[in-house]
Amino acid sequence: MTIAVASTPTTEINPPASPEAVVMRFAGDSGDGIQLTGSQFTLSTALAGNDLATFPDFPAEIRAPQGTTFGVSAFQINFGSTSIDTAGDVPDVLMAMNPAALKVNLAALRPGGLIIADAGAFDERNLEKAGYVDNPLEDGTLAPYQVVALDIARLTLEAVKPVGLSNRDGLRCKAMWALGLALWMFDRDRQPLIDSLKTKFGAKSDKLVAANVAALNAGHAYGENAEIGTPLKQVRLPRAEMAPGLYRTVTGGETVALGLVAGSQLAGLPLFLGSYPITPASPILHYLARLKEYEVTTFQAEDEIAAICSAIGASYAGQLGVTTSSGPGIALKGEALGLAIMSELPLVVVNVQRGGPSTGLPTKTEQSDLYQAVYGRNGDAPLVVIAARSPSDCFEVAIEAVRLAVQFMTPVILLTDGYIANAAEPWRIPDLAAYEAFPVTFFDKAPSEGKVNPYQRDPETLKRIWIKPGTPGLTHRIGGIEKSFSTGAISYDSANHQKMTDTRKAKIDGIAKFIPEQDVALGETRGKLAVVGWGSTYGSIQQAVRRVRARGGDVSHIHVRHLWPLPRNLGALLKGYERVLVPEMNTGQLKTVLRDQFLIDAKPFNKVSGQPFMVAEIEAAIEQALA
Amino acid sequence: MNAIPKFTAADFASDQEVRWCPGCGDYSILKSVQRTLAEIGARRENTVCISGIGCSSRFPYYVETYGYHTIHGRAPAIATGVKLANPELDVWIVTGDGDGLSIGGNHMLHLLRRNLDCQVLLFNNEIYGLTKGQYSPTSRSGKHSPSTPFGSVDRPLNPCAFALGAGARFIARSYDLAQSKTPEILARAHAHRGTSFVEIYQNCIVYNDGAFEKFAGKKAAPDSQLWLESGKPMLFAGGNKGLRLNRETWALEVVALDGQTPEAAGILVHDETNNVIAKLLIDMPVGNFPVALGVIYCNPAPAFDGAVAEQNRQVAAGKKRDLNALLRKGDTWSVEGEVFEAHA
Repeated sequence: MTIAVASTPTTEINPPASPEAVVMRFAGDSGDGIQLTGSQFTLSTALAGNDLATFPDFPAEIRAPQGTTFGVSAFQINFGSTSIDTAGDVPDVLMAMNPAALKVNLAALRPGGLIIADAGAFDERNLEKAGYVDNPLEDGTLAPYQVVALDIARLTLEAVKPVGLSNRDGLRCKAMWALGLALWMFDRDRQPLIDSLKTKFGAKSDKLVAANVAALNAGHAYGENAEIGTPLKQVRLPRAEMAPGLYRTVTGGETVALGLVAGSQLAGLPLFLGSYPITPASPILHYLARLKEYEVTTFQAEDEIAAICSAIGASYAGQLGVTTSSGPGIALKGEALGLAIMSELPLVVVNVQRGGPSTGLPTKTEQSDLYQAVYGRNGDAPLVVIAARSPSDCFEVAIEAVRLAVQFMTPVILLTDGYIANAAEPWRIPDLAAYEAFPVTFFDKAPSEGKVNPYQRDPETLKRIWIKPGTPGLTHRIGGIEKSFSTGAISYDSANHQKMTDTRKAKIDGIAKFIPEQDVALGETRGKLAVVGWGSTYGSIQQAVRRVRARGGDVSHIHVRHLWPLPRNLGALLKGYERVLVPEMNTGQLKTVLRDQFLIDAKPFNKVSGQPFMVAEIEAAIEQALA
Repeated sequence: MNAIPKFTAADFASDQEVRWCPGCGDYSILKSVQRTLAEIGARRENTVCISGIGCSSRFPYYVETYGYHTIHGRAPAIATGVKLANPELDVWIVTGDGDGLSIGGNHMLHLLRRNLDCQVLLFNNEIYGLTKGQYSPTSRSGKHSPSTPFGSVDRPLNPCAFALGAGARFIARSYDLAQSKTPEILARAHAHRGTSFVEIYQNCIVYNDGAFEKFAGKKAAPDSQLWLESGKPMLFAGGNKGLRLNRETWALEVVALDGQTPEAAGILVHDETNNVIAKLLIDMPVGNFPVALGVIYCNPAPAFDGAVAEQNRQVAAGKKRDLNALLRKGDTWSVEGEVFEAHA
């Protein structure tokens, strides 16, 4: 057996035997099955009753060249017995399946943290590809850490030998071996994962299931038999205190899809999704494509423009039109968004934001499409913009998007991002009976004389009537050309254009009366500093504000869901603080909107590295703002 | 018998003032469509005209049905959503050579290959009218226009050849002034399940006047128009000329009958389902050959909207629509005060 090699025993910075939370990062080649390992470990963590947050971080290439640093795929999970808001700043444990994975991820590791490395993969070729001259497992590079170097490749091959797989297929089970060891480290039940492997691979091959289970069990057994005195220790994390209820883990992709279906049911409409494949939005299309029994029709269009246009067509015909994409795709949809605004039809547009501009960083996260959402169209073209702050929140926000779209006959842009879309967290499953329905009524009363005006409006909300083609006596024409306020016919009249532009703006502005007032997520409604965020930065800001408050700092956290129109009390609320800090994963977009709308001196704090904020980064920015 | 309300062409005229240039070919096409709608017994509320941008795309405003005047080139995509949401609607897409084949060429390609059940009326005037006279993708090489002051060096697209290449199952051709023939062709297009592609040559009196004079002009017409009829020999010039297939070169040739019967002269009999002959008919160069008009190709295949609806029905059959249950599917665990239970 390979001997575990312990380096400097820096005991004073070792994690406590029973820590409240652990941050673990799995890293390896993009072909190593790191994402699968991570999601399986997540499931096990959830079933053990720990709170958790994950951060899958993978390259854009499907199979980048083996062993290279740019081909490294990683999966980070923060789990524990306390409330977990983020995937964690600094890993305590790094599972490195090759030299490149070590090279890329070592800098993030906590000094004194534990490295479990597959020594079998640290051969000359892989070392060279990763840019190491000497083997870091042997040259003292890892002195500040605890190291367990194992020939996982060989151990895995030994374990799967009885199943009779080829060497190549056998090595594919390496990650399962590592997962087995990780399960032992945190005293987890293996059975749910074995069941899950059976479901996943069972149909393909019994051999594959047997090999993966054998590798998993071998990794676990290795831990059980590890010698006392090595850094491999078993750690038990008590389960987290969580609100009573039924839980499951979800990613933002799943909850957006489920929320859209829930919204369509609350509206009493069939759902039509027109979409074109794009990273990181495609999982929503994949999920909805399977839900035909929920009156869901999905259509993979020939391009982004056809995707939104088909959704507009479906809304015109009386269904709930939805389109999903990411920044570059939303750019292509711009003109059609204008058409939906002009013809005042309901439409939900989901933008799973990624690094930009242009193709940018397709698999990395950013929130730099706020300007695009709020301002990015020709003409005065207002619509509704809302944002989700976490995978769980996506469910609620998707329902809200549907509600606003149908109640105000308007397109609604729902912003999530690559982080929320892929990250998993426990979700307290809601009871749909608790949601208030908002059934749609189509207009079907033919006028006793004259023609119907399709642009006749509800005096309170200013929304126009929705007439389904097929309704007798109400034939009419709509389109992208300006329409007469009073008849709905084409009108080039200047006073009418002024009136219609004003009306479209007033309709969207007026939605502020029908959305909740802005609350304070943590802290007071006035004071020295407000940290204002939106979207996926919620967890990092919440943690940072909590830490500074624990030290007596006068800081509060405000997290904005409704970005356009903004909540009616937001301006007054922000003016109750001496200073306003706006952390964003862009160069300061909400900051601009807040300054413009409220003439306040909102200060930006920005990061555009494709990675989420670390809590410590925001904490430092808060301290600076308070100084 | 139930009294089915009898509509006339006038019942399909909207109250909107038609704003095409005086003498525009679009007027005749509008009349033909309104007549067709009356003749086929279309229901106003069940009919939807969808257009993009351009002179032709103003069409929906003038027809007393449901109508959606959308954005440039995108009518096929909008129509796809309409038809998938409600397959009962009778959808007519009205487009032009710029709208349907330039900016919207991609959508047209995919509409045709999917075979959505709808009619496409492509008004081909070989010019951009609404933007004041630039050459279009169907303009002939050498066309002088504001954007090609020295003549275009582009090679033009043949709309019907494009449609055939894209997998269209119904292809027909007519021209604006053929008011006696067009309604019959449109009725055939309407009856066909799937995308019915109808190219209608249309004279732009302002920017491209006389573009089709060579075969649409009164004098030229009899000798240069071949009106195809299924099962009938391909005759023109008052029955004095016909088309024959040269079986050595696989090319069509014009034959003078000189008193022979069509059979004796080896004249081709029109088989609408033959796409090889359809291609040859579509490609015939004007001048040496007549222009093929009427239903060139009709070879039905399952329509996209029907297939989508059918799969939706089949997959959903027997499954319960219980969203609360769906949310709770898979690995869950419950927290109830001190009690924790995993349900993997």
